[in-house]
Amino acid sequence: MAASDAPNGDVLIRNAFGSVLAFLILLLIGVLAFSIRLFSVIKYESVIHEFDPYFNYRVTQFLTKNGIYDFWNWFDDRTWYPLGRVIGGTVYPGLTLTAGTLYWFLHSLNIPLSVETVCVFTAPIFSAFASWATYLLTKEIKGVGAGLTAAALLAMVPSYISRSVAGSYDNEAVAIFALIFTFYLYIKTLNTGSLFYATLNSLSYFYMVCSWGGYTFIINLIPMHVLLCIVTGRYSSRLYIAYAPLVILGTLLAALVPVVGFNAVMTSEHFASFLVFIIIHVVALVYYIKGILSPKMFKVALALVVSIGLAVCCAMVAVIIALVASSPTKGWSGRSLSLLDPTYASKYIPIIASVSEHQPPTWPSYFMDINVLAFLIPAGIIACFSPLSDASLFAVLYIVLSVYFSGVMVRLMLVLAPAACILSGIALSQAFDVFTRSIKFQLPSLSDHSHIDARDASSEKVVLDDTIKTDKNEDTPKERMTKRSKKKEKEPVEKPPTKFQIKKRLSVLPFEASIIAVILLVLLVAFYVVHCVWAAAEAYSAPSIVLTSHSNDGLHVFDDFREAYAWLSHNTDVDDKVASWWDYGYQTTAMANRTVIVDNNTWNNTHIATVGTAMSSPEKAAWEIFHSLDVKYVLVVFGGLVGYPSDDINKFLWMVRIGGGVFPHIKEPDYLRDGQYRIDSMATPTMLNCLMYKLSYYRFVETDGKAFDRVRRTEIGKKYFKLTHFEEVFTTHHWMVRIYKLKPPKNRIRGKNKKSKSKTSSTTTSKRKGTRRNPF
Amino acid sequence: MARSTSKDAQDLFRALWSAYSATPTNLKIIDLYVMYAVFTALIQVVYMAMVGSFPFNSFLSGVLSCVGTAVLAVCLRIQVNKENKEFKDLAPERAFADFVLCNLVLHLVIMNFLG
Repeated sequence: MAASDAPNGDVLIRNAFGSVLAFLILLLIGVLAFSIRLFSVIKYESVIHEFDPYFNYRVTQFLTKNGIYDFWNWFDDRTWYPLGRVIGGTVYPGLTLTAGTLYWFLHSLNIPLSVETVCVFTAPIFSAFASWATYLLTKEIKGVGAGLTAAALLAMVPSYISRSVAGSYDNEAVAIFALIFTFYLYIKTLNTGSLFYATLNSLSYFYMVCSWGGYTFIINLIPMHVLLCIVTGRYSSRLYIAYAPLVILGTLLAALVPVVGFNAVMTSEHFASFLVFIIIHVVALVYYIKGILSPKMFKVALALVVSIGLAVCCAMVAVIIALVASSPTKGWSGRSLSLLDPTYASKYIPIIASVSEHQPPTWPSYFMDINVLAFLIPAGIIACFSPLSDASLFAVLYIVLSVYFSGVMVRLMLVLAPAACILSGIALSQAFDVFTRSIKFQLPSLSDHSHIDARDASSEKVVLDDTIKTDKNEDTPKERMTKRSKKKEKEPVEKPPTKFQIKKRLSVLPFEASIIAVILLVLLVAFYVVHCVWAAAEAYSAPSIVLTSHSNDGLHVFDDFREAYAWLSHNTDVDDKVASWWDYGYQTTAMANRTVIVDNNTWNNTHIATVGTAMSSPEKAAWEIFHSLDVKYVLVVFGGLVGYPSDDINKFLWMVRIGGGVFPHIKEPDYLRDGQYRIDSMATPTMLNCLMYKLSYYRFVETDGKAFDRVRRTEIGKKYFKLTHFEEVFTTHHWMVRIYKLKPPKNRIRGKNKKSKSKTSSTTTSKRKGTRRNPF
Repeated sequence: MARSTSKDAQDLFRALWSAYSATPTNLKIIDLYVMYAVFTALIQVVYMAMVGSFPFNSFLSGVLSCVGTAVLAVCLRIQVNKENKEFKDLAPERAFADFVLCNLVLHLVIMNFLG
């Protein structure tokens, strides 16, 4: 009696100690996730990054100033002039409401942080939450050890860091947390069968729908998992409780979000869930009848029920197909279609294809973004199959689908990252489990305890903790290779732990081998940590509105964007309209507080095409287009002087394509010489005379006398020219932003009277007038 | 052939009926409730088919509230059914509390939708 009591108490203390340790580790992981994202604040300053975050920041400012009701009804007349934009109904409000709530909460505690500070730090805070959610999800799948490993991996996975550094105030920042948390609650409901978790699950799904358009991933992944469970004969009543309430509540809640609205029941992205909803009811009925009937009678019933069920299903499928076929785009939005058919966007929608994050990723970007996890995933998948449960089936399905989606669109690498972390966490934790157990088993002094300790997770947690803290940087690709071969020989050994008492002896590896394997694993993880820190510090923390470059004579800071926007806000009239390519729309409204023609919310293709046409037209035609839009200033971004590659000349072909898609007189071949895009003396006359070329290179020859473009690495084709319809009003210090003013009309008339040589251009403009004028 | 099928069907229904009448009364009450909810949903769908779905939010909230109630009741039934071994350690009181909570959320949303 006493003999059995003592180990029991020992185990109890050990468990308590383990959970305290787990809590501490989780806390540290949260701190790690938060602080690894602060490089941008330390290296630069606490600013909002890039393009979209500026819009979110502006919306948050409006929300905190005017309250939630004004926010819902906000009609923004400072963008998309003269159309305007209904912000409240076209924005995913999750992020703004989150930051707004945070702001109000802090102010109710008398902590006077500015809106900007709250916005900057929202993403790091939520990435800490996301790693805790990963812990919970992986714990449901494979236990505490795997959960902690996965959480630690997620806290610093570069793919996620790229979207959630401090200042990167974008939807994905909170959406990834919502995504993982929704999956956790789904698995939790599946494991417990509790309706309480089902309710929480649909609420968390609601938060996800509020936050990001990627919610369609959830509403397609979960039905697929349910279907897979049914097909493989894993149906249980817990599956029903996890799925059926989620569909009903989730659909209703999603329809509450204005930007989704009735799309939640009208578009094809959501139909899969309804179809599976019907199927699960049929299956539930079959299982119920099977339960109450004798096997013989059930055979008879099966024929009846299956035939009726099939008939019902066929009818439903017919209805759905009819619905889908009746809608013009077959019910799919362009973005989703480009997911299924990766070539769709580039063929039909240049505006989607023009965004770099919608392009398919390259192979190096996988290594850059998930690093060693890419090699651990296969091991994790194998570990999920031994033993296979509903939850681990979900993990496998998640990784398979997200690998496919990430292959279609760079942006969706973000969805892959949590899956990769979960599976690698499982793989690493299982590997440590096996190795540390066989080490412990063979240490003579500890051999008495090893039977009880073997399955105690705390041992591997300690190892994991060490791996995080040791920053040994000795790893080479060679060692990774040996690691992988090691992994292969280890897989078969991983199965036994379920029946540990007898088979334990079989799972013991040689002492030296396991020591070496553990050291190699630690090195592998150390390599991952080093890579992540490097990625966070160097690759992903540039705010892209402040640029830096290192050269022989030290560090250069290019703060031209803010210089230009500040100039606009101080030197122009409040109601002046500024035209630029749509990338700079959000920044202009947020930083310069001026009305723009188009911005990054690409809801009106024609309007963007109009601006694209103006940029690719000759000066006079462009002046007329801009004048008809009441534009007073034109802003172009030019990188030729300092070698900033993502400037307007490099984006110019997209302007031509998008403009040409709506106004056919703009033809892409006119701008290409033998299929090559060039701006040197071999360039076509159309190219050398278009507005974008002139605005970018006006007076450029005065800088160095040769007009050498450092981005294109060539001398420009046409060096000396004068502007007739535009005048330069401001050029920033490094020439990165150039602002021009439209000359008033009377100048144009006088110029026309003096030299009537511009006959050709006037005929083209008059031809265009018929097609272009009608919208206004 | 037809005769044997109909005989089989008769046997089947008899067996079903006898098996079903053995279920406890509280489960039968839940079943009635589910039937009623589904029936209401069907009436609404038929009405929509005849009159049209113009205030689409009303239609949506009406039908989904019925279907949702039915689904939640089925979940409750699964949980309180004594024959389901999976839910042995779930007290019926707890199951009912969860059911009420879920219904509350459902109908709060529905009320937002009535318009």
